[in-house]
Amino acid sequence: MAEATALLEVHDVTKSFGAVAAVQGVSFPLYGGEAHALVGENGAGKSTIVKMLAGVHRPDTGTLRMDGTDVDFAGPADAKAAGIAVIYQEPTLFPDLSVAENIAMGNQPLTRLRQIDRKAMHANAERLFRRLGVQLDPTRPARGLSIADQQLVEIAKALSSEARILIMDEPTAALSAVEVERLFSVVRSLRDEGAAILFISHRFEEITALCERVTIMRDGKHVATELVADLTVDDMIRRMVGRDLSALFPKQTVEPGEVMLEVSALSREGVFRDISFTVRAGEIVALAGLVGAGRSEVMQAVFGVDPYDSGTVKVKGKRLKPGSPRAAMAAGLALVPEDRRQQGLVMELSIERNVTLPRARKLARLGLLFGGAEREAAATWTSKLQTKLGSLSDAVGTLSGGNQQKVVLAKWLSTSPQLLIVDEPTRGIDVGTKAEVHRLMSSLAADGLAVVMVSSELPEVLGMADRVVVLREGRVAAILSRDEATGESVMYAAMGQEAA
Amino acid sequence: MSRKFATWDTAIIALTVLVLIIASLVVDNFGTSRNFTFMVLDLLPIILVALPMTFIIVTGEIDLSVASTLGLTSSLMGWFWNHGLSIETIIPLCIVIGAVAGVLNGFLITGLGLPSLAVTIGTLALYRGLALVVLGDGAVADFPFNYTGWVTGTIGGGAVPNVLILIVVLALIFGVILHATPVGRSLYAIGANAQAAHFAGIRVARTKFWLYVVSGAVAGLVGVLWTLRYSSARADNGAGLELAVVAAVLLGGVSIFGGKGSLPGVLAGVVLLTALQNALRLEDVSGQALNIVTGALLVLSVLLPNLISSIRGNWQRRKLRQSAA
Repeated sequence: MAEATALLEVHDVTKSFGAVAAVQGVSFPLYGGEAHALVGENGAGKSTIVKMLAGVHRPDTGTLRMDGTDVDFAGPADAKAAGIAVIYQEPTLFPDLSVAENIAMGNQPLTRLRQIDRKAMHANAERLFRRLGVQLDPTRPARGLSIADQQLVEIAKALSSEARILIMDEPTAALSAVEVERLFSVVRSLRDEGAAILFISHRFEEITALCERVTIMRDGKHVATELVADLTVDDMIRRMVGRDLSALFPKQTVEPGEVMLEVSALSREGVFRDISFTVRAGEIVALAGLVGAGRSEVMQAVFGVDPYDSGTVKVKGKRLKPGSPRAAMAAGLALVPEDRRQQGLVMELSIERNVTLPRARKLARLGLLFGGAEREAAATWTSKLQTKLGSLSDAVGTLSGGNQQKVVLAKWLSTSPQLLIVDEPTRGIDVGTKAEVHRLMSSLAADGLAVVMVSSELPEVLGMADRVVVLREGRVAAILSRDEATGESVMYAAMGQEAA
Repeated sequence: MSRKFATWDTAIIALTVLVLIIASLVVDNFGTSRNFTFMVLDLLPIILVALPMTFIIVTGEIDLSVASTLGLTSSLMGWFWNHGLSIETIIPLCIVIGAVAGVLNGFLITGLGLPSLAVTIGTLALYRGLALVVLGDGAVADFPFNYTGWVTGTIGGGAVPNVLILIVVLALIFGVILHATPVGRSLYAIGANAQAAHFAGIRVARTKFWLYVVSGAVAGLVGVLWTLRYSSARADNGAGLELAVVAAVLLGGVSIFGGKGSLPGVLAGVVLLTALQNALRLEDVSGQALNIVTGALLVLSVLLPNLISSIRGNWQRRKLRQSAA
């Protein structure tokens, strides 16, 4: 591969969301006729890069260059016009339109009478499918196509708009091995026709099978861009996780008490299977794994927000009624969910109403709630957590992310739980608040609270957990003790690699 | 409760008071005790149906079948009376039948997960159709005077209608539930973010189901009162009332998207709408013009809060930019 001018060059690009720098000074080139892998942990900034290339986000600083000249995308349409096509994990076709109509969407061939030329549209779709070597009926509706076929339709769509750069964001996550192989043969033929491919995946066997070059990212920064042939899988993993673990986690050692939570053989069709683990009082158990491994889903089923098909959840030896958050709360469980905005808080309501929502019934006197009772309860916990707020009657949406997270924590801690489930407790909050949350969790555990922490942040998992349950594709891949858990061992288990 | 919404509340209450004052000064006969009695009687069906409707709209749903439920119970009331049932049996029976109509709505919406707008448009037609099956286009009129007289009568023959007691009692009960009980809190949470409510252990579907049952029962009660007031059980009683109710609720500051609103605001909305219509009618304004006023008010009630908040949002964004610069 000659070091010719890159088809597309990401040059010193930075992008922040609020106080969080998602991407910092990242540069790498994409060459025509080459497949380029982009790898990194959850939150390393891969998706932000994709969104900038797709025209969804604009870089704060730095530039994107195509054929040596700077380009500036005001929106996805600009990126598309420049020849960049993105295939997402879940394709977004119009289900009730035909395959051919989906492909032609936005640039339908017209007859002389300015009507849509259906014949040309179908012929065009068939020609594209022949070129891709796939068998699909252009006249059938998109509804009911497998994800793999939908992706092929998306690729055909990209080809019909003469895309030269194809970005694939975890396209294989939902595909079977046969479908992956078919996708790869299509991608290889496009590459051989001179297109540049940017391929995002967590599966190393796919990266080594498909890609010539790899860019590794960590914490929003560029770590390395190398030829895949020059690296082993071990090298890649080490560079993905090899970060400074010196950030101190205030973990106190606690003698674990009685078994608080016992999950056995919990299964939900198509989501997770045969999940078993226990949590004792005073323990912090982390659920690690890649995004989509089913961690949140397992804990939401335990708490009763979601259903499950089989298996049991026992709290202190007593079977918990499935599908009832109320029963879970009565048994002493609390769940601080992953998505603050959608699941944790009611943004329009005031801080005090949010804090007291799960136990308004307990605060009521003779069935009535007087302003004082709620305010008092909310004040106690928000001040314990040092929440920075104007007035408790302000809408919770007016607070910063970190303080919102404290409100969610206050909401659930005020129910005096015995088992606290926290899902991504420090996502999107600043470093200072992060440390506070960690200290809080540690001291709660020291007081005998059982904690289950779902986290995508390796340092947090390694720093806080007494035990790490690693999930992979809906199953328990490993249960590691604090001593066994290292960045490498967790990542190996999460990615299904044998430890070297 | 957000401050923005509190201001809309106060604004609508102030506007209502203003309209009442101006109307009694400008419009002949508006301020008379006789007119007051009539106004309360006109108010009665709208305000009672608006109470559960407020709850339902606060949760982000709607019930458009209320007026048809009213018509159905009115028809059945006539049918039962013709078949010799005593009025003391008929009245509770009608309320129960209204509740059953609500059960069907609630089941279709929460049990099967169908959209409330579509379901209640369907049952709007269904219940009105059943009402016509029961009574055809005839009417039953010979209800006992001690009941019809109570509905149209006043306390001690004065200016205060008997039904005002009913209005006050029910409004107080609904107001306290909405604003000072855990159930009321959960309604706002459901309307603003049903998922977060579910995560907080609130039984979203069950709560909504019971709201429809209550809405149906109240519509049944109003069917009885309507029949007694006009001393006439007819299948088309109350036709179109659902729009007046929804208009009043929205005018009262309840968000059609759920999660926002207050009962005092709604009461003011109902009074404002009724008083305006009453005053215009006294001024001999035609029925079509009355509809124009109602329609325009409804559009304004949806438009104004949005306009205000977008202006406010722009202003805050500008301030933010300036402080960032």
